[in-house]
Amino acid sequence: MAGDTLRIYVPNDTAARSVGADAVAAAIERTAGERGVAIEIVRNGSRGLYWLEPLVEVAVAGERVAYGPVTPDDVPGLFDAGFTTGGKHARHLGATEALPYLSGQTRLTFARAGLIAPSSLEDYREHEGYRGLEAALAMDTQAMVDVVKESGLRGRGGAGFPTGIKWQTVLDTPGTQKYVVCNADEGDSGTFADRMIMESDPFVLIEGMTIAGLAVGATQGYIYLRAEYPQAIRTMNTAIAAAEQAGYLGADVCGSGRAFHLEVREAAGAYICGEETSMLESLEGKRGMVRYRPPLPAVKGLFGAPTVVNNLTTLATVPIIFVRGGEFYRDFGTGRSRGTLTVQLAGNIKRGGLVEIAFGRTLREVLEDFGGGTATGRPIRAVQAGGPLGAYIPTSQFDTPLDYEAFAEIGAMLGHGGLVVFDDTVDMGQQARFAMEFCAIESCGKCTPCRVGAVRGVEVIDKILSGQDEAGNRELLEDLCGTMVDGSLCALGGMAPFPVLSVLKHFPEDLVAR
Amino acid sequence: MTEAPASAAHAGTIREIAETRAAVPGALLPILHEIQDQLGYVPDSAVPIVASVLNLSRAEVHGVVSFYHLYRRTPPGRRTIYLCRAEACQAMGARDLEARLKEKLGIDFHETTSDERFSLEPIYCLGNCACSPALMIDETVHGRVTAERLDSLLEEG
Repeated sequence: MAGDTLRIYVPNDTAARSVGADAVAAAIERTAGERGVAIEIVRNGSRGLYWLEPLVEVAVAGERVAYGPVTPDDVPGLFDAGFTTGGKHARHLGATEALPYLSGQTRLTFARAGLIAPSSLEDYREHEGYRGLEAALAMDTQAMVDVVKESGLRGRGGAGFPTGIKWQTVLDTPGTQKYVVCNADEGDSGTFADRMIMESDPFVLIEGMTIAGLAVGATQGYIYLRAEYPQAIRTMNTAIAAAEQAGYLGADVCGSGRAFHLEVREAAGAYICGEETSMLESLEGKRGMVRYRPPLPAVKGLFGAPTVVNNLTTLATVPIIFVRGGEFYRDFGTGRSRGTLTVQLAGNIKRGGLVEIAFGRTLREVLEDFGGGTATGRPIRAVQAGGPLGAYIPTSQFDTPLDYEAFAEIGAMLGHGGLVVFDDTVDMGQQARFAMEFCAIESCGKCTPCRVGAVRGVEVIDKILSGQDEAGNRELLEDLCGTMVDGSLCALGGMAPFPVLSVLKHFPEDLVAR
Repeated sequence: MTEAPASAAHAGTIREIAETRAAVPGALLPILHEIQDQLGYVPDSAVPIVASVLNLSRAEVHGVVSFYHLYRRTPPGRRTIYLCRAEACQAMGARDLEARLKEKLGIDFHETTSDERFSLEPIYCLGNCACSPALMIDETVHGRVTAERLDSLLEEG
């Protein structure tokens, strides 16, 4: 491509396309053709500033200038305004990197998201890609695990377990075959970080998994990827093929003489398969029934072999830790929550998107400074954090700092970092009912508290809402929640009561007869 | 019955899909995915074929087909609408969208319109939670869906 060709970036991410990015790209191409302007359209990933999508960027004098949200009807006017050279227009936002939403973040894991073309290995390499693997290949396996331990990286799926300790267990467990499994079954409502990495920066996941494989002695990796993400599946498969072609995957990774193979396995729409043991069952070709623990998957995981099971964002954070060092990463954050947190602002929020920041900012700061309040302009009434099993947090608790321990103290969880915002029109009784309904739909059925408890939970809430023995049934509901929390085998039944209990505690006025 | 020849043709396809993947570790899900990709659903007649190729019991294969929400047991309409029912979309009016969609199509979830144009399925999160409410038609995701947008999508479909 010619160096002086005008480059126009139009995101190819699912969310950007869901609000018209393809039509915008087509309109730009058509208009440029009509006007005889030579351009090259680059379909980059998303910056994660979803409220501005479709966010079109133009490269002007080495800097990217943003316009958004752009509709196809805006395009002729953008050409009239000279947007190809950064001209002023109602949609003109200025330099992308200077947008407060982006400049106020600490982009480590998501540094390349939206910057590069996800399909281009060359683009990835030009932006520090594969430098982490290069560093890792110079170390022995214990040194690699030590880097991760030193970084303080914790699992981003929700449990927050120290990643280095998990890797150590797999390294120390003897086995002729070991596996690395990436949990890309991002089923929690309000989360899209994993999807964004896969669609915007797929090679970082491949690199992270390769490092994990080399560190623990695993030669095969699987990405268990939700069927609900068809574009992520395509992007990952294309990227894996390119990495194999270039010698970054396969029988001889970068000439090291060590093998690492990687494959996408498509899930089939069961939320429970985000639970790691159920995911392993599914990968083995079975019903996604939760396993008893111990043994831990690190000791006896996929096909009975020692297996690293990590969340996608965790694995995608590994390369930068190897590029900059464990200490660099550890310097971000607070207390035992080190590094960065990936907040996803979702639901009824004015400026929804991905916010990667160091741990420790308060919930209110993120909702107000980044989120800008609700999309509807009404007051926020509740925020559900951590997905469908997370508590509904009332405004009185918005000064809680965003870290694992502080959230646990108020009976909530950060989980995968999804924050779903509701305005004051929300019916919290219905939200409580949905928590139980969802658990009933998604229960694997192995343990009784979850399988039966969730169904009874819906019934009891319906009785309360229809005015049958309200006080008695509220007591029964609390009792049932206790049974599910204490008696369930895994987090689905064990945590589905949390949103219900939070409604009973913070929004009791909604759990009444109507 | 006109179904017999079609189902015989399916039998050949199903067996071929299963046999070419039988050696893959944990082959059952990849096989079922491929059957659904090619036929649009996993017919009951696939269960004994896949079971015999993988040396599993029919109960085991049936158990897997029926466990996962995304495997269809009946042929879909020309297009399948997956409406997100999860919390982020609820916060932006998904319940109203659901009611409107069901009324317009005259069907409930897991059903197909009598003209076979649309099947309707619930889905729990498309990862488009910052552009809620969302739905997916076949493999195309639509965000910030208003009632008007929904109506025009149905007309286009």
